[in-house]
Amino acid sequence: MTDTLKPRDNKDVEDAVRWALAEGKTLEIVGHGSKRGIGRPAQTDATLDLSGLVGVTLYEPEELVLTARAGTPIAEIEALVASRNQQLAFEPMDYGPLFGAPGGRGTIGGILAANLSGPRRIKAGAARDHFLGMTAVSGRGETFKSGGRVVKNVTGYDLCKLMAGSWGTLAALTEVTIKTLPRPETEATVLVLGMPVDAACKAMTVAMGSSCDVSGAAHLPADVARNASGDLPPGAAVTALRLEGVAPSVTHRRRALEAVLQTFGKLTALDHAASQALWRSIRDGLPLIATDPAAHGALWRISLPPSEGARFAARMPDSARILFDWAGGLLWLRVTQRGETLAPLVRDTVRACGGHATLIEAVTALHRVTDVFEPQDGSLGALTKRVKEGFDPNGVLSPGRMWAGV
Amino acid sequence: MAITMPELDAAVLARRDRIVAALCAIVPGEGVIASEQAMRPFESDGLTAYRALPMVVVLPDTTEQVRRVLAYCHRESIKVVPRGAGTSLSGGALPLTDGVLLGMAKFNRIRDIDFANRVVVAEPGVTNLAVTQAVEHAGFYYAPDPSSQIACTIGGNVAENSGGVHCLKYGMTANNVLGCELVLMNGDVVQIGGRHLDAGGYDLLGIITGSEGLLGVITEITVRILKKPETARAVLVGFMRSDDAGDCVSRIIGAGIIPGGMEMMDRPAIHATEEFVHAGYPLDVEALLIVELDGPQAEVDHLIARVETIARECKAVTCKVSASEQERLLFWAGRKAAFPAVGRISPDYYCMDGTIPRAKLPQVLKRIRELSEHYGLRVANVFHAGDGNLHPLILYDANKPGELDKTEAFGAEILKLCVAVGGVLTGEHGVGVEKRDLMPTMFSETDLAHQQRLKCAFDDKGLLNPGKVFPTLHRCAELGRLHVHAGRVPFPDIPRF
Repeated sequence: MTDTLKPRDNKDVEDAVRWALAEGKTLEIVGHGSKRGIGRPAQTDATLDLSGLVGVTLYEPEELVLTARAGTPIAEIEALVASRNQQLAFEPMDYGPLFGAPGGRGTIGGILAANLSGPRRIKAGAARDHFLGMTAVSGRGETFKSGGRVVKNVTGYDLCKLMAGSWGTLAALTEVTIKTLPRPETEATVLVLGMPVDAACKAMTVAMGSSCDVSGAAHLPADVARNASGDLPPGAAVTALRLEGVAPSVTHRRRALEAVLQTFGKLTALDHAASQALWRSIRDGLPLIATDPAAHGALWRISLPPSEGARFAARMPDSARILFDWAGGLLWLRVTQRGETLAPLVRDTVRACGGHATLIEAVTALHRVTDVFEPQDGSLGALTKRVKEGFDPNGVLSPGRMWAGV
Repeated sequence: MAITMPELDAAVLARRDRIVAALCAIVPGEGVIASEQAMRPFESDGLTAYRALPMVVVLPDTTEQVRRVLAYCHRESIKVVPRGAGTSLSGGALPLTDGVLLGMAKFNRIRDIDFANRVVVAEPGVTNLAVTQAVEHAGFYYAPDPSSQIACTIGGNVAENSGGVHCLKYGMTANNVLGCELVLMNGDVVQIGGRHLDAGGYDLLGIITGSEGLLGVITEITVRILKKPETARAVLVGFMRSDDAGDCVSRIIGAGIIPGGMEMMDRPAIHATEEFVHAGYPLDVEALLIVELDGPQAEVDHLIARVETIARECKAVTCKVSASEQERLLFWAGRKAAFPAVGRISPDYYCMDGTIPRAKLPQVLKRIRELSEHYGLRVANVFHAGDGNLHPLILYDANKPGELDKTEAFGAEILKLCVAVGGVLTGEHGVGVEKRDLMPTMFSETDLAHQQRLKCAFDDKGLLNPGKVFPTLHRCAELGRLHVHAGRVPFPDIPRF
């Protein structure tokens, strides 16, 4: 059994990394472990559990900023900002249910380290766009900070962005500052029913190209819509477009959007509560949870130019179930194949479309034989490796989680 | 000008003729400028207090030429300073006497307009405004709008992570860039991101944006474009006390309203701009706020009414809503002309750029007034009020002996004050040479070393734009060294399971 170190403060984190450096050990960084299954399987000597670093240390709603220790539960932060009618606009997804764990777990540090964003990413930006400042301990066992506690800042390199999406391979975040934004007063979702994938992607493009300020655009084919929340009409493919804001604006934009979309198919709409339920279910990929263990296969997350969503989908096997978010720019792909047979097709297709694919969930055998994150070679791969070596020259922090040798 | 630039490389200067010949072979025709007279226009950028003639100017127009120039300079250990339109306000494009100035002006084509994916692919020398102009026939625009948008280039915007008056709602450059082609100092060409929303791997795009030309030379950029809001209206609100204006800003945001733009000016700025532009600003107020709401008509009308109510509650003495597009533009005309307007009432002015937590505004303004008296220099303040980005303009006369030094000392005190109240040295103009030596007021040696190691990953010899951003240059070998205790270290005293 590997050791678990549970630091109480920044100094403990420094000590842990220095110990690992001196002893030639490796550390896996975790918060609540809700995303632990993501990444290449790596053997580490000890676990650095940051879930003991808790507490919001600054929250000034009128300045739109919040500072918290990295292990603070995201649920606590979301409840706190909601009490002041604010939200984290990047709508962080919760991976728990997809991995068969309860929802509502995860830490703010984990959300940022994985750069998790939800459906609103198309309008409000990703987690990295809301990450303003940080303190962290690098693989050198040294504490460093970057950014600040103001929303506009260009002083020095923006290391927050580099940490976002580095999955704990460069540094252990100990404290973070994020931007908070007003929560929309109300929301509604316009649904177009029964469209095939290519028509749906066209409809989403039209909606995104309108002045309706759409804050969520997703397509759920019938076999995916079946498992989604939000009282969807049964049996039909659903294309959903979310509108948020003050009531008069939502009413006005709903009319405008319906006018733009009426030629695409039958329209209906979801009110505030049903809309919230639907988008939460899309955010967390709930319709793709494997309900039938026998059919349990791999889950891929594909990022593409939105116009390529339909083309990518057309090249996947008929048995694949696909949830289209980000107006066609984010595909969650559930395949039934257990083996590694589909990995080359996914990688080749995503390369042809211009984007990248991450293998989120797979039977262990697949993890062992295929890459998890998009493979990088040539000058980009070499650059990535040099960046890693700058922060973590001895490869102490989650080595190999993203790519072998990084 | 009391800033020390990197030591001159005599060996490089001694082989200048050979270097110029080699560059001419890579960039033929008129792409290499070596005569003193022709290089003169390149000697400074928007921060005109600092000047230096480069060793030679090169104006490539293909990625392959950029690649070959950089690879050559890397091999020969020659410093390189990249330059867009030269509008930097922090000296980011200040040439080096022993360095090549790499001008990107010839990269001025828009390569693709992709409405389906709502992106534009542009070369770095395209101006910010030209991106919007290329798509506005279809009702789209590019959101970040720095005041220099008519001249500044999109490549320079990426290098500086430029903002503008609309970035509270629409974000800075970093939030609007999806991909780039980058040439590293060693000649490697790297493609990062593309037309999809999140680039895979480490967020290199996020650190290149705002890296001030120290990490690589950008040869292509993919930016997001947005559909123009249906309408926009502005409210002009006057206050007798700047505290009331600050309070009004806080209450607007506290009410859940994020305006498209929210700008504040103090009395000296109001008077200077009104005399220049005649925008109809009230002259008997201490602070003036422009609040712009944009979106669907129904939303804008609804929110304008709420802003008016809040303004009255905050003791506004004047409150005027734009009744036409013409009037809205007139409200903005004064603010947008604030810098030249101040330029009319003083032989020279020095524009500062700190960000502060907004609540500290009254305290900071009071201290700036005290410092103004202490130094005997007038100040006009314009303020991106929504995001706390303060632009004090210090009025001075460069022809008076010692006045520039005094101005710089005053400016440095303002920036230190910003940091002391929880803010930062620069909100949108960049560190450059201007704030370089103030970096230690915000960052420790360790903080800066971590940033510099990132530079080493991109530029192992430290040849790209040295002397900017970092107060002390360290060799990458020295930065890379890791000090590990030789003997065994006891298991740390941390709870374990």
